[in-house]
Amino acid sequence: MTPMEIVGSIGLVGYGLAAIGGGIGVGLIFAALINGTARQPEARSTIFPYAMMGMAIAEALAILGLVFMFVKG
Amino acid sequence: MIPMDGWAAPTTEDFIFHGPAGLDWLNKPMIQLIIAVVLVAAFWLIAARKVKVRPTKGTFFLEWAYDFVRNGIAREMIGQGYQPFVPLLLGMFSVILISNLFGEFFLLMFPTFSNIGYSWGMTIFVYIMYVGMGFKAHGPGYLKQALVPAGLPAYMVPIVVPLEFISTFITRPLTLGIRLFANMFGGHIVVIVFVVGGSYLLTVSNNLVYNMGGVFSLLFSMVMMGLEVFIGFMQAYIFTILTTQYISSAMHEGH
Repeated sequence: MTPMEIVGSIGLVGYGLAAIGGGIGVGLIFAALINGTARQPEARSTIFPYAMMGMAIAEALAILGLVFMFVKG
Repeated sequence: MIPMDGWAAPTTEDFIFHGPAGLDWLNKPMIQLIIAVVLVAAFWLIAARKVKVRPTKGTFFLEWAYDFVRNGIAREMIGQGYQPFVPLLLGMFSVILISNLFGEFFLLMFPTFSNIGYSWGMTIFVYIMYVGMGFKAHGPGYLKQALVPAGLPAYMVPIVVPLEFISTFITRPLTLGIRLFANMFGGHIVVIVFVVGGSYLLTVSNNLVYNMGGVFSLLFSMVMMGLEVFIGFMQAYIFTILTTQYISSAMHEGH
């Protein structure tokens, strides 16, 4: 007897793997934002929107992964 | 082993609501959206009337919130000619923020935008608006401006144009809509998992360890809700700032 049977889509595992890339990208962007703000605090309001934009673009790949997970079932 | 019979894992079924008979469209998220719109409209209308020359604490907060959207988002990103978009962006920011916070508000406990249709509605509006603004600002030349980056050598054009087309007209609205939906949906389902799992562990009889695990899980769901409040603010801000950026890149040359 199997103690616990796992059923469902392997797409979930694939999405988990795909999220690694986006996670690293977002982490790098915020690391750069913190670095930049620490070095030059008055530039914060200038770089913050760009950090958000960069995050949006980096996150897009993880989001596409989520979509394809649902598309492939 | 934890006895697993009687356990039902949370699914996407938890996100489907039905309205009263005959009025199936009037379900929970729709009512929440109506509440959010009415609240936001009433809030800003009343607030705009109460603004005094000598500021009180309330006025100070209102002006700070208005200033955040007007100067921090609209003026920073659009630059010249940002004024017509301020009411739109302020309304959009407020409605998304309120809708996201409904997920933690104890009477409703459901973020409106975790149903993807609401997210798509918002996105289609933004899409039509920024493409329309592009054509209004440049005429048919908008396509050239959007698809061919300035200073691109001629032999690169066939490669870059399809990429730019996909990026500007397909990926942008797709990710804009799904980002809001996915963050709200994911956050809400994490809270559901902790609450449902915690209450299930709490009711396992004759095992103190599981019950304590249940208590811990329920407490941790509160922590996750705190994180959700933060993500709600974050997503409202990101949605607004991306909208602004898309409008800005449609209106101006060489971005």
